Amino acid sequence: MYHYDEYDHALVRERVAQFRDQVQRRLSGELSEEEFLPLRLQNGLYLQKHAYMLRVAIPYGTLSARQLRTLASIARDYDRDYGHFTTRQNIQFNWIELEQVPDILERLADVEMHAIQTSGNCVRNITTEAFAGVAADELLDPRPLAEILRQWSTVNPEFLFLPRKFKIALCAAREDRAAVPMHDVGLYLYRDAAGELLARVMVGGGLGRTPILSQVIRDGLPWRHLLSYVEAILRVYNRHGRRDNKYKARIKILVKALGIEAFAREVEAEWQHIKDGPAELTDAEYQRVAATFAPPPYAALSDTDLDFGTALAGDAAFARWVSRNVQPHKVPGYASVVLSTKPGASLPPGDVTSAQMGAVAELAERYGFGEIRVAHEQNLVLPDIRKADLHALWQQALAIGLGSANIGLLTDVIACPGGDYCALANAKSIPIAQAIQQRFEDAEALHALGDISLNISGCMNACGHHHIGNIGILGVDKNGSEWYQVTIGGAQGKSSALGKVIGPSFSAAEVPDVIERLVETFDEQRQGNERFIDTVQRVGIEPFKARVYRQAEAPT
Amino acid sequence: MNNLISLRDGEPRIVTDDPWVLLRDGEITEQGPLILPLARWRERQEAGGQTRCDGLLLSPDDEPLELPPWLAVLPLIAIDFPSFRDGRGYSQAYLLRSRLGWRGELRAVGDVLRDQLAHMRQCGFDSFAVREDKSVHDALKGLAGMSVQYGRSVIEPRPLFRRRPL
Repeated sequence: MYHYDEYDHALVRERVAQFRDQVQRRLSGELSEEEFLPLRLQNGLYLQKHAYMLRVAIPYGTLSARQLRTLASIARDYDRDYGHFTTRQNIQFNWIELEQVPDILERLADVEMHAIQTSGNCVRNITTEAFAGVAADELLDPRPLAEILRQWSTVNPEFLFLPRKFKIALCAAREDRAAVPMHDVGLYLYRDAAGELLARVMVGGGLGRTPILSQVIRDGLPWRHLLSYVEAILRVYNRHGRRDNKYKARIKILVKALGIEAFAREVEAEWQHIKDGPAELTDAEYQRVAATFAPPPYAALSDTDLDFGTALAGDAAFARWVSRNVQPHKVPGYASVVLSTKPGASLPPGDVTSAQMGAVAELAERYGFGEIRVAHEQNLVLPDIRKADLHALWQQALAIGLGSANIGLLTDVIACPGGDYCALANAKSIPIAQAIQQRFEDAEALHALGDISLNISGCMNACGHHHIGNIGILGVDKNGSEWYQVTIGGAQGKSSALGKVIGPSFSAAEVPDVIERLVETFDEQRQGNERFIDTVQRVGIEPFKARVYRQAEAPT
Repeated sequence: MNNLISLRDGEPRIVTDDPWVLLRDGEITEQGPLILPLARWRERQEAGGQTRCDGLLLSPDDEPLELPPWLAVLPLIAIDFPSFRDGRGYSQAYLLRSRLGWRGELRAVGDVLRDQLAHMRQCGFDSFAVREDKSVHDALKGLAGMSVQYGRSVIEPRPLFRRRPL
């Protein structure tokens, strides 16, 4: 994985010192809250319902065991002994004191981490899929360009006060596991027949109150022009994006207002001035960064492991876990393992205790090469596990509460922190997630349903990505009480779709029943082993709607 | 203008005798050299009664790429930051300096605060009219910024990867 050089270290250290000074000036009253606000946001610090929340950047979701142990120590020493992994591959600490933030940032800097630009109207953490560099269906490794983009976008002076936040995601595999179409800029990387690395550039995606999937602005962009092209997009957006209404300030609104062709013309005109200038990437730079992502020393293994085969045949619970939580690896004899942070009612989705973090770091070192990934579904991934070790790893994952065999299933709920923490939320997310997880506790029945994503957001800002869940739940405020609107048919990946609202919203108590009705309808309508999303696409939302509301309106 | 920091040969100093008067609106009563909003500036320029040219105030909505016919006669361009959170002025500065080759004074005016001065400097500003309720001496500390810049900017057009020792 990437390691800081002297420049990276200097920048992060100086940034900590700068923010320490800014915190001091805020505490002394020299800086007003209004002046301090964007400064703290660009250092990852939000003010939530009960306390400050610190969002730490995990660039493209990659962590070392040492970094994860440091996150555990922060949870232990400065928070309530846990952290929350987010849908943008970052981690949030929910109970932070302003005075302590510079010390926390210092501790992060010791292990090559920071919280720079995890919030604010600037380019945010660059994301990609959790299986980057190891996925069996990968076309090329997206991490070198993700790191190059991370550096380029960090404290880039022209683009720190954009109209609104700006999210960039990359995907370089056949399947899109990075939710690319919902980003302000999405990059699909591939090689042409001659082996040249190219990007299909997407622009104008975003969820929030106006969910829009991105559109292609340019195909076949040579990798050397990646920075200049993104710079052109950002300059056009910075100058022309709306600033009069924060709900209309994302680039998606500008692209929609101009139309993709006109927007592309603006970008093209800007790009012509800069494309062959010093922003053009060099082979030397690509190689320098790519070298830090060189594959670890894999052993030469057979792809079939006898002990693994025996365990699969003899242990049904293990086989079930493997069927959901183990992903194919590009190296024979290895696999990637997803540790589910969705155990059910015992811990909210994405929440991991400091003891669990420590244990995961230990597992990464014992069975892997000391690396951990964060998936945008809020789970943790161990990328390089020998098949021969899967059974032992599974048992240890179970022992620490991260062994739920539910990846991609209905209980693998994506949820924002919601009204329990977030000042923006209209409604709570966590109790809804827990009630649904409790309702679908029976493993056999859960597995029989196959792939169903269920995403919950506590408000229109859509941090829980409810629009792209096969089932989406959105917290809404109705005369001061919490209600939930349900959508179905959303999907992420290359066949992304936005869910459709099934009808009037429900009280919290009704939600588990509603989900059960949806699942029953699916069961009735399903053909063969069809996935939930395929059934919805085939039969439409009407049968689902009819069943849910017939039940709801039935006299009691 | 008061509360002004200016760069001379890259060295910042506090200016106490700046002659420019920023006139956003209202009657022209001042004698001193004026900085005027684009529309008004054009009016006076086109009327041709001027023996000396006024300075120009660009608001965030103004298009710097329309300025080339005037650049040769302009003595100063000020870019307005109505709020320090409005970042359009950074891109205007980039265009003026890097695209149009403006070499004259480029002044940041409006909600100009210590913690943004380094970014403004990197985008090519060379004078900074710090908001009047703030200490210009404090603001001076914000000008240095950080020693590392990954990307490129007006004053360092090469990204870090082109500056690294091989």
